[in-house]
Amino acid sequence: RSMAGRGRGRGRGQMTFNVEAVGIGKGDALPPPTLQPSPLFPALERRAAPLPGGEEGEYMLALKQELRRAMRGLPYFVKPGAPRRDIERYSDKYQLSSPVDSAIDWNPDWRRLPRELKIRVRRHRKGRTIPLVPKQQVALDKEETIKKLESLEKKEEEVTSEEEEEKEEEEEGKEEEEEEYDEEEHEEETDYVLSYFDNGESFGPDSDDNGDEAVY
Amino acid sequence: MTQAELRLCSLLLQEHFGEIVEKVGNSLLRTGPRPLRLLVGDTGLLPDQVKKALCVLIQHNLVRYEVQPRGSVEYEARSERILRILRYPRYIYTAKTLYGDPGELLVEELLLHGHLSMSRAVARVADRLTETMEDGKTMDYSEVSSTFVRLADTHFIQRCPMVPESPQSTKVPPPPAPALAIAEKDMYIVPRLSLVGKGKRRHSCDEEEEGEHKAKRQKQEEGTSETPPDDGIYWQVNLERFHQHFRDQALVSAVASRMDQTSSEVVRTMLRMSEVTTASGASHTQPLSSNEIFRSLPAGYNIGKQVLDQYLALLADDPLEFVGKSGDSGGGTYTVSILSGELGVTRGHGASRASPSPFQHPSFIPLLPHRFGSRCARIFRLLLRKKHLEQKQVEDFAMIPAKEAKDMLYRMLSENLVSLQEIPKTPDHAPSRTFYLYTVNVMAAARMLLHRCYKSVANLMERRQHEMRENKRLLEKSQRVEAILASMQATGAEAAQLHEVEEMITGPERQQLETLKRDVNKIDASENQVDETIFVLESFIESTTKRP
Repeated sequence: RSMAGRGRGRGRGQMTFNVEAVGIGKGDALPPPTLQPSPLFPALERRAAPLPGGEEGEYMLALKQELRRAMRGLPYFVKPGAPRRDIERYSDKYQLSSPVDSAIDWNPDWRRLPRELKIRVRRHRKGRTIPLVPKQQVALDKEETIKKLESLEKKEEEVTSEEEEEKEEEEEGKEEEEEEYDEEEHEEETDYVLSYFDNGESFGPDSDDNGDEAVY
Repeated sequence: MTQAELRLCSLLLQEHFGEIVEKVGNSLLRTGPRPLRLLVGDTGLLPDQVKKALCVLIQHNLVRYEVQPRGSVEYEARSERILRILRYPRYIYTAKTLYGDPGELLVEELLLHGHLSMSRAVARVADRLTETMEDGKTMDYSEVSSTFVRLADTHFIQRCPMVPESPQSTKVPPPPAPALAIAEKDMYIVPRLSLVGKGKRRHSCDEEEEGEHKAKRQKQEEGTSETPPDDGIYWQVNLERFHQHFRDQALVSAVASRMDQTSSEVVRTMLRMSEVTTASGASHTQPLSSNEIFRSLPAGYNIGKQVLDQYLALLADDPLEFVGKSGDSGGGTYTVSILSGELGVTRGHGASRASPSPFQHPSFIPLLPHRFGSRCARIFRLLLRKKHLEQKQVEDFAMIPAKEAKDMLYRMLSENLVSLQEIPKTPDHAPSRTFYLYTVNVMAAARMLLHRCYKSVANLMERRQHEMRENKRLLEKSQRVEAILASMQATGAEAAQLHEVEEMITGPERQQLETLKRDVNKIDASENQVDETIFVLESFIESTTKRP
C-alpha cells in the first residue's frame, strides 16, 4: 500500500486520490489519451430496440404526418415572398399571392394584440382574383399607381360591374381597418436595411393613431 | 436554455410555421425578450414580415407580450410551449380515446389554430365530420357542442384570458397592448349559446353557389356581416390537464403491472373522481372515502364492498405508496399519492425504503441495456436501490467480475449517469483513508438524459428533412403522376391509358419511394417515442424541483 500515490511508477500520471480505491490496480494500463473529438457516427455496439407498433402507434404516426401537412396549408405558415423580378412580366398580373405583401392572410382578433402589430388583412375573393391583385396595389402603392392604372384601363372595360362592387368594398375595408402607413412600407423597394435608419418614433404609442390621415 | 433545446425549437417552428416565423422565434429565444424594433434589426426581415410572424406566434400561445413601464411592448418566446408541438399527436389521440371523433377534431382544430371561439370550432368540426359521412347525412351542431361542453367540464380545454372591458374614455389613450386576464373560476364556463345548424359539405362544383349566393356566403364566412354571439370568448387546449391525464395513465399501468388489473381499476376510479379537484402539481388527491369509491366503480366491476376494502388496504400497505390511508371516516379515506408513486422522488438520506423513480418507468427499461448492455443496467438498478456502494460491493452484489464492472462503472461515470461520492474517514481527507462510493444522482442523470432526448429528436427531424430533400425530384414526379391519374380517372379514362401513366414511374423508382416512405415513417414514429420519454423526464424534474 502506498501513501497518496507517492512512489508509484515514474512518469505515470499521479492522481490526487488513491486510484486503487476506484479500482485501477497497480500496473494496469490506462486507456490512451483522447486526441480528437469522437467520431461522428460511432459504431453501434448493439441495435436499438424495435419501435412499439400497434394501433396507437400507427394512429399517432398518421396524425403527426397529417398535422404537418395541414399546417403547411394554413395561413399561419408564413411564406417568404417570391424574389422580386427584375422586369415586369406578363404573368405577374396573374400571381395569386403578391410577394411580401403588407397584408396578413387571416383575420386575427386585433383587440387581443398589441396595436403596433396591426397590418392590413388580405381578403380572399374566390373567383375574382385576376382583376383584384393589380387593383389592390393601385389602392395602396403610391409609387406604382400611374403605371398600374394604365395597364388596368383595358381590364376595367371588361369587368366594370364587378369592380364597382369591389371599389365599394375596398373603401369600406379602408375605413374599417386602421391602415398603418409607416414610411418604411414605401421604402421597401430600396436595398438598404431600413431598420438602421429607424429612429424609433414610429413604434411609439402615438404614431399608431393615423387612421384619420387622408390616403393619397 | 440549452443549445439542444434551442435547435429543437427552431426545427419545430420551421416545420410548422415556415422560415420567417422560425427566424423571429429564434431571435427571441436566443437573445431574450425584446421590442419589435430590435427584432426587425436582428432578423433582417421586413417589418411586416416580423409583425406577421409575431401575430402567428401570439395566436398560438408561443410568444407572449408585456407592456413595459416606458410604453414599449416587449415580446418573449415561450420555449417550453414551443417544445409541446411535438406532443400534438398525443393530445389529439387522447381526446379521441376519451371523447370520440368530435373530441378528436375539436382538440385538433384548437391546436391547429391556437385558439378559437366555440361557435367557430363547432362549425368547423361539424363540417369536417359531415365530409366523412355518407351522402345526404350531416353532423348536427348539437352533438359537437355537447362534446365541447364535456371537454370544458373536464378541463381539457379552457378559456383564454380576455380583453378587459375598457371604459369609453376619450381622455386616456388606449394602451399599446391589451392586458389580457381571466379569473380561475371563469376558465371553464361555457357561454350559453344556442348553436343551431348542421355541417356543410364542401362541393367543388355546386350550381347553387354561383353568383350572388356565393358572395353572400363569403361575406358570412368573413364574419363581417354579423358578430357571433360569443364574440371575444376564445378557447384553447389545456395542455397541463392532458399531462395530468398521462401521469394518471402511467400510475394506473404501474399499479397494474405491480399488482393486478382490479387494483389498477380501483386506482383509476380514484383518479377519475379527483380529476378536477386535484390541482396540477399536487402531491396527492383529495381524500376519498371507500364508500364513495365503491359507488364510483365502473359498471362492469362486480366486486363486493369488503373486497374493495381489502384492495385498498393492500394498496396502502405497498411500499411504493401508490395509495395512502388518510383517515377512517366513511369506511376509511384514501388518497392517491401522485408524486411518490410512479414519478417518484428520491427520499432524503436515511430512508430505508426503495424509492421509485422515473427510471423504473417502462420507457426507460430499454434505454439502459440497449445503450450500455444489460449488465450495466443491472448495476444501475442496483445503485438506485442501494444508493451508495463501493467498487467492491458493486462487483459482489451485481455478480459481475471486477474488470467488467469497473469498465461499466467508468462508462456510466463518463456519461454522468453515476457519480462518485467521497466519504472521508479522517478529518484530513487523506485519499487512502476515504471511502469512494458510486451513486446515482437522480436529478443530474435525469437532466442529462433529457438533454440527450432533445438532441435525439432534433437529429431525427434533420435526418427526415434531409431524406425528403434528397428525394425531392422523385417525390414531385410521383405527385404529378398521381394528379394526372386522378384527373384521368375522373374523366373516365380506360385502364390501358391509366396503366401507361402509371408506368411513368419506373420499377426502381417505385422501390425508392417505398424505401423513403418506410424510412420517414420510422423516423416520425421514433420522434413520437422520444417525446414520451421527454414527458416522463420533464414531469419528474418539474415535480422534484417544486418540492420545498
